[in-house]
Amino acid sequence: MPSGSTRASRRPGARPRASRRPEGEHPPRPRVSPGVLREGLRVLWVAIKAEPRVFTVAVLASGLYAAMTVGTAQVLGWAVEEVVLPALRSGDTTAGALAGAAAAILAVALLKALGVAGRRFYAGLMQYRMQARYRRAVTRQYLRLPLAWHHRHPTGQLLSNANADVEAVWAPIAPLPMAVGVVFMLLIAAVSILLTDVAVALVGFLVFPAVALLNVVYQRRLSPVATRAQQLRAEVSEVAHESFEGGLVVKTLGREQDETERFAERARALREANVAVGRIRGLFDPALEALPNLGVLAVLLVGSVRLEAGAMTEGDLVHVAYLFTLLAWPIRALGWVLAEVPRSVVGWERVRGVLDATGSLPYGDRPPGQGKAAALEVRDVRFAYESADGDASVPVLHDVSFSAAPGRTIAVVGPTGSGKSTLTSLLVRLVDPADGSVLLDGVDARDLRRGGVAETAALVPQQTFLFDDTVRGNVTLGLDVPDERVWEALRLAQADGFVAALPDGLDTRVGERGATLSGGQRQRLALARALVRRPRLLVLDDATSSVDPQVEARILAGLRDAQTAGGGGATVVVVAYRKATIALADEVVYVEHGRVAARGAHAELLERSAGYRALVNAYERAEIEQRLLGEQAGEVDSADSADSADSEEAVA
Amino acid sequence: MTALNEAAAAGEGALTTLRRGLRLSPEFRAGLAGTLLLAALATAGRVVVPIAVQQTIDKGLGGPGGPDIGFVRTAVLACAAAVAVTALSAYAMNVRLYRTTESGLATLRIKAFRHVHDLSMLTQSSERRGALVSRVTGDVDQISQFMQWGGLLIIMSTGQLVVASVLMAVYSWPLALLVWAAFVPLAFALRRFQRMLSAAYTRVRERMGDLLAAVSEAVVGASVIRAYAAEDRTARRVDETVEAHRRAQTRAQGLVALTFPSSELVAAAATAAVVVAGTLLGVGGDLTAGELVAFLFLITLFVSPMQTATEVLNEAQNAIAGWRRVLGVLDTAPDVADPGDAGEVLPRGPIEVRFEGVGFAYPGGPPVLHDLNVTIAPRSRVAVVGETGSGKTTFAKLLTRLMDPTSGRVLVDGVPLDRVRFSSLRERIVMVPQDGFLFDAPLGDNIRYGRPDATDEEVARALVELGLGDWLEGLPRGLDTPVGQRGESLSAGERQLVALARAYIADPDLLVLDEATSAVDPATEVRIQRALDEVTRGRTAISIAHRLSTAEAADEVLVFDAGRIVQRGPHSELVGVPGVYADLHASWIAQRRI
Repeated sequence: MPSGSTRASRRPGARPRASRRPEGEHPPRPRVSPGVLREGLRVLWVAIKAEPRVFTVAVLASGLYAAMTVGTAQVLGWAVEEVVLPALRSGDTTAGALAGAAAAILAVALLKALGVAGRRFYAGLMQYRMQARYRRAVTRQYLRLPLAWHHRHPTGQLLSNANADVEAVWAPIAPLPMAVGVVFMLLIAAVSILLTDVAVALVGFLVFPAVALLNVVYQRRLSPVATRAQQLRAEVSEVAHESFEGGLVVKTLGREQDETERFAERARALREANVAVGRIRGLFDPALEALPNLGVLAVLLVGSVRLEAGAMTEGDLVHVAYLFTLLAWPIRALGWVLAEVPRSVVGWERVRGVLDATGSLPYGDRPPGQGKAAALEVRDVRFAYESADGDASVPVLHDVSFSAAPGRTIAVVGPTGSGKSTLTSLLVRLVDPADGSVLLDGVDARDLRRGGVAETAALVPQQTFLFDDTVRGNVTLGLDVPDERVWEALRLAQADGFVAALPDGLDTRVGERGATLSGGQRQRLALARALVRRPRLLVLDDATSSVDPQVEARILAGLRDAQTAGGGGATVVVVAYRKATIALADEVVYVEHGRVAARGAHAELLERSAGYRALVNAYERAEIEQRLLGEQAGEVDSADSADSADSEEAVA
Repeated sequence: MTALNEAAAAGEGALTTLRRGLRLSPEFRAGLAGTLLLAALATAGRVVVPIAVQQTIDKGLGGPGGPDIGFVRTAVLACAAAVAVTALSAYAMNVRLYRTTESGLATLRIKAFRHVHDLSMLTQSSERRGALVSRVTGDVDQISQFMQWGGLLIIMSTGQLVVASVLMAVYSWPLALLVWAAFVPLAFALRRFQRMLSAAYTRVRERMGDLLAAVSEAVVGASVIRAYAAEDRTARRVDETVEAHRRAQTRAQGLVALTFPSSELVAAAATAAVVVAGTLLGVGGDLTAGELVAFLFLITLFVSPMQTATEVLNEAQNAIAGWRRVLGVLDTAPDVADPGDAGEVLPRGPIEVRFEGVGFAYPGGPPVLHDLNVTIAPRSRVAVVGETGSGKTTFAKLLTRLMDPTSGRVLVDGVPLDRVRFSSLRERIVMVPQDGFLFDAPLGDNIRYGRPDATDEEVARALVELGLGDWLEGLPRGLDTPVGQRGESLSAGERQLVALARAYIADPDLLVLDEATSAVDPATEVRIQRALDEVTRGRTAISIAHRLSTAEAADEVLVFDAGRIVQRGPHSELVGVPGVYADLHASWIAQRRI
């Protein structure tokens, strides 16, 4: 066994180093450390503990295989010694003796085949079960961790954690039972050879420590280079992913060649890393293969001396030499396990980075409020985004306060980048404020039980996300509602027309990210998704930006009717630029640079807030200026003073 | 949709694919003769041990004059030398092999990557994005595994088979025939197994694709999942794909487990037959004991390539499948092709655009544009309006040659668009699409994407000229602000601002805006509009917008309805005439009323 086994057992209770690393960072710097082997064995121990029965069966099958491999040598030696040589010496043989020899050879082979099949199948079973288990665990964690965590981790990295890294972690399981079997085999062979001749055995067995030592050196040399290659493979993939995703931009700006250069640079670095891996593999693999052969030659050399001294027979020497040739190949299974260990450990560190990540969204135990519409209060809320490198936080909202009585509609208005979208995500508790609180029906959103916020509030985000599912699946998201209610929501979102025209209606699949639909259609499905829940608080974040004005007007009219007819079906917060949307609101919250600059009725704000006036009347101002420029080209100066008065008239 | 040409490549035989694949990367052939020679040396070395045993036993130990220790020592030393030569050859061969194959594969990756970008927008969007990424990553990796392990193993194994066969025949040709007879049926069985295996692994790969898609939804759709408490449902969906993938893997492994020992059994049968027949031959005096023992060793040598055969064949199958998919990309001719050096270069200056009888239909779909005839004068500012689905965006895509018309032609400055070199076309005509995709790089670099040699000062000036100086100043890290993946650290409106600046700094003669400011607040939009009017003076600008403020300021409005231009003229003329434009404008005004 390689030298790591004793070290591995020294501190069984210690947590692997992986878990103390900062979560989910890029893979660790390639490093040459004796700890890698220890951690590798610890990772394997995790698998063995998780699947003890399957592992046992696989090892037993390996043992059977090992025993039968030695058995083959014994049986063959026996057949040569007892059947073949006597026959050749005497010049005569019997059919019975020959049949016996043949039957013994076949029987041993049959058992050996059984061992191989069992080992392979159960090793695979174990490997795939562990993969599946950790893929589930990693995805569960993605679903559990707060969005702030998601913001800090690139999509490509999270995908590769669940895919390539999990695969790498459990890759050594495939050759593991074989390696354990090899240990058995070595023991059995050792006994068998020792019983034959001690001197030959001692010379022969020098080979095995040499192989183990070489393996350890091999693994230490390979580990950093292999890690680098793995890292570069991920980078190549990330560049390709981003570049293809931005394909339209690349095309419209004619940057294909630059993108190819960017990719080629990474691809060439990967090439160099792979060649470096190949150089080390190319050096050690032949050396590992040569060692057992040298052992066989040594055995022959010593054996011939012993033979001369009369200490062993010709048959003994054949037997021992045969055992060594048989062992020469499977002993490399140890090498395979060791070769996979560095990748496995790196993968494990990355996977643990996800599994050990903390900062889940804690939930309280308060039930959500009942009744038709929810009361909303935002109290002194401050929020900052942490940048991906974690060294800076970008403040977005400062001391934001406002409230909405049940059934009221609030319009949030503000310039681009003023923090409106962040505010909406706070309202439905996608993120928690750094300071202050969001109260739903007087209860802090953080105190609501799990799922309580989603039962109360629904957000229609600016950027629509559809699942590769049917229209119905995308609208209900698993909510158990009859189709009539789905249609009702689609109608209100002005989506019933195009859905009815789809080939399979509600059962039509929308494709990856809703690729088969237009932007406006996707937005309307997202709106229906919110409406079908009959939320008590509806949050619309510029949710109709891709919808035609006429269609949008119908949606807004529908919402207004539902509001008035139903006697205030929901409290609504709507991020808007358009006056028609603002007109729906009882109150306007005007946000500038992350602060509430003004609050009140639309007309009131027009009076009070210059920023608000400039924003909502921008088109009218432009129109008037246009007209003035057209009519009295040259008298531009007067336009400035004229337009504000005019535009307020225009909106009154 | 124009799917990739994989189907065509799938129809051809494995050998054809292999040949074409190898031809595609000439690097593979560099120094191949030397590598093969080293491989032959390495293989020959593997035969040394059994012969050494045979020679030592036969001549050294079992000779007529009793054991000859001197001979044994010489033989062992010679063998040790042979082992050393074998190891050195293997090392040299490996290094050469890695260098040539990795060079070839890097070139293949780069070639395929470039080709994906050369494919038309329609072809690109007909594929899952992950699938295109696989073409330059996983598929190539599969080829590399084969080239560095399987392919060589096939060569070495074949060599080993040949050497073992020849030696066996030298010792005793009847026994050699016997061994061959035992293995011929195995060869056929392995072919069958291998087909079953390859089908099983295809299923594993397909399930893997589903799994990745499901996990990626859980990651990319995280906020929707959170907002609608759809965690459990998503977890169930992921679990299903994980489980399906695991089942497919286990099934494939079951097949492997059944296939793998078959060669073991056949080898045992051959050994048993050789023991029986050899003894009978020996009794007849045709074979010595030493020769029979050596023969039994040779069987082991003969079996080991057979044992790896299923795996090697599977590897080969994977590599060929990978090649097929990469070739599928490379075989797909870009249906919107760059005329290259043969094409024309447009001189700089204001652009005139003419559509002559242009019609367009998406592949397999109904026509979306009908017989479009329109001329856009140089230096004019044109607004394109109409309802969703009226053909506005298609018009923009034809104008920028993201697609080619199905009938008629588009001319710029009198030159048919498909005759213009891409380098010239992309320099002079730039479109800003609605969804401004940003790269995960600082803000400044994203803007510089429009003109890589622009300095920080020029980038900042461009923002100021677009009326965005205040916005830039409000960013804590200015041009160094990281924008995050896909630009997601910025708001949708801010992303549009960056996309606009990126196009503006490219300094085109024709700027096409496709709803480029739809997520921007009205005040900023008006400011940009005014700034654009200023900076595009003397150039041609075409904007598609559903906010009609753009139309009001334009020189001319093109009104689209159901794939035709139904009205055109300045806003002031159109707004008074009953028609599509008047209706659009009325609802626009209604939106603005309170």
